[in-house]
Amino acid sequence: MTATVSPVGSGRRPRGAGRGWAGPAFVAGYVLLLVAFGVLPIGYAIWFAFTDAGGTFTGFSNFVTTAQDFRFVDALGHVALYLLFWLVSLVVFVVGLALLLHRLSSGRISQALRFLYYIPGALAGAASVLVWLFMLDPTVSPVSSLLEALGFDTFGQVIAPGNLPVLFTVIAFWTGAGGWIVVMYGALNNIPGDVLEAARIDGAGAWKTAWHVQIPMLRKWIVYMVILAFAGGAQLFVEPQLLSLASVGVAGRDYSLNQLTYDFAFQMDNINGAAAVSMELLVVSVSVAGVFVARSRFFDAD
Amino acid sequence: MSVPSKRRAVLFAACAATLAMAVSACGGSTPEKTTKDGFAQVAQTDGAVTVWVDATRLPAAKQYQELHPEVKLDIVTYDGDANGSNYLQTKVQLFNRTGKGWPDVVFSSQNNEATWAVDAGFAAPLDKGLIPADTLGRFAKGANDVCTVNGTVYCLRNDLSQAVLWYNAPLLQQFGYTVPKTWEEYQQLGEKVAAEHPGYLVGDAGDSYTPEIYLWASKCEANHITGPKAVTANTGGENCTKMAKLMDGLIKNKSMSVSGVFSTDFAKNQADKVLLMPGPAWYGGAVFKDTLKTADKTIAVAPMPQWQGDTSPSTGNVGGGTWLLSQHSAHLKAATDFLKWVTTDNAYQGEKAPGFPAYAPAAENWLKAQAASGYFVGDLGALKDASSQVWPGWGSGQFSQEAIWAATVKPGLTQGQTIVSQLPAWQDAIGKHAQSFGYKVSQ
Repeated sequence: MTATVSPVGSGRRPRGAGRGWAGPAFVAGYVLLLVAFGVLPIGYAIWFAFTDAGGTFTGFSNFVTTAQDFRFVDALGHVALYLLFWLVSLVVFVVGLALLLHRLSSGRISQALRFLYYIPGALAGAASVLVWLFMLDPTVSPVSSLLEALGFDTFGQVIAPGNLPVLFTVIAFWTGAGGWIVVMYGALNNIPGDVLEAARIDGAGAWKTAWHVQIPMLRKWIVYMVILAFAGGAQLFVEPQLLSLASVGVAGRDYSLNQLTYDFAFQMDNINGAAAVSMELLVVSVSVAGVFVARSRFFDAD
Repeated sequence: MSVPSKRRAVLFAACAATLAMAVSACGGSTPEKTTKDGFAQVAQTDGAVTVWVDATRLPAAKQYQELHPEVKLDIVTYDGDANGSNYLQTKVQLFNRTGKGWPDVVFSSQNNEATWAVDAGFAAPLDKGLIPADTLGRFAKGANDVCTVNGTVYCLRNDLSQAVLWYNAPLLQQFGYTVPKTWEEYQQLGEKVAAEHPGYLVGDAGDSYTPEIYLWASKCEANHITGPKAVTANTGGENCTKMAKLMDGLIKNKSMSVSGVFSTDFAKNQADKVLLMPGPAWYGGAVFKDTLKTADKTIAVAPMPQWQGDTSPSTGNVGGGTWLLSQHSAHLKAATDFLKWVTTDNAYQGEKAPGFPAYAPAAENWLKAQAASGYFVGDLGALKDASSQVWPGWGSGQFSQEAIWAATVKPGLTQGQTIVSQLPAWQDAIGKHAQSFGYKVSQ
């Protein structure tokens, strides 16, 4: 797990070494899959987004009608709020915990913690959400006393509309952050020891080292994490959808944009409208990624 | 690297599905069809009949298989579209795109499937030759109304789900109360129970179908389907507000629960506290016997209370399930035989079915079988009377009333808001959902 070490950070390999068939061969497999499962479906979705059910070009009318749906603005607000909670908690806690792990690098404890952080990530997405559905129901939860101390006696109270962004953030953090902590830990290990030692000799304590040396050197990794977490978070679907099933529709129905596309496609027989919303999600995610990449000089070699 | 790779895996699966759809949509060739029984039928072949049922109807399919070992049945269980999950519709949309995969016969716990399944080209007309007219004629009056689109029957009703007043007979006697005949008496009894026996319940208002029990019975015009794509939703009428007020009072004094009878807290904390419980016909089997495990010789049934002075008794209805036959079936003969058996045969409907059969001869038999089983106190005659009293002013639209109530009113109830205060928001939500399905809404 810890061996997922940076391909980007160590850019000092002699250029041109190992050129031949191996590189293109490795890339070809990826490109093939990318075209089949990434580029072609996107093209298909674009075509759908600008046509009607009969295949006639309709301009932006699918975008307009879906944006006018009474659930659209709510869903947009929900996703925006969730992204705020999720990205902030992800950056703060993942970086914090990774730094902590790195300081504890003395063998056993660190190993145990890394394993512990990673375990939830090993569960498949839907399964880990189901775990939380049990955790959050005071009648069956192993931490029911904690829920009751917080004033929640029934599942209905726990899943009140105002609590949802926090709940989804907690679930997403628990399932997704472990992997990132391990990645960040790997990146921290990649910072040369002499840099840290120089900082120590200059009189920097743990805080100063973290703030002025380690975090700046993690910048690209943090940007990478934010880009992927943003794209994943904007596509919020599994958590609210399962919650809506578990709560028989009380909470989480039509909560996110992706759920709305699902409704458009499969309940209102409007695949074209669904494609239009999915295009909007794609454009937003790609733009955000573009801004982050440009601002952080992500692709610059060190 | 678990995060990106997992998201990517999901994306890949989705894209693979999309691509598969695209390919098969392009490469599909139209098989030859012959028009018979009122629709274009595909070439008939031998092979397994695929039957989709929910968990409650699974024994029916298994029983058919036992009685007809020569028929190849492929039984698939799904959620039965419970609480308006729309699973069936989702799948049919996908199958329509891929051009294959439709089940031959499918059960749904919802009554509004015909509203979309006909447009989607899925449901086969049943009264044009597949099911004999005299069989159709023996269904309870109005039972197949929810299945009828433009005068053609597209599904068969499984059971009627007329609401009645269930009660715990020994407990009622022990407390010295009598069964309320009017809503006014019901309200007084609720107040008495709250004062004298706190913790005991005269009803539950926490399910997504709660309005279909109380507000429908009270003739509240929240869901009046006036045409194929027209609905009147007016929750401000007196019939709505007086019932909402009654419920608010009982919820406040805690003699009416807001948990929902299938919730984990109800089973854990309130299962043995049920004194009275207005609910549909299937409560007897599905709730008291199977979910709450109420003892034998405890539960009895009485007519739904009526408002004082109301001369036309009315009650509500919760679901009641429908069976649909696929137009795309390549095994129509076997599928139709199964459909006929499962909706009309005494072996299942007349004896084993958990709900009140929609097929009248089976219902007669069912009532006798229930009386003979000895689970209930007294007879279930009130169910038979109620079967013709379901108020016709509440319809089955394409939008799910249950889903709307669950998302709009239930969260407020949990947080202590009254139903009366939420009636306008409820009406608003019904209007918006109906409009998004292309309904013309009057308020």
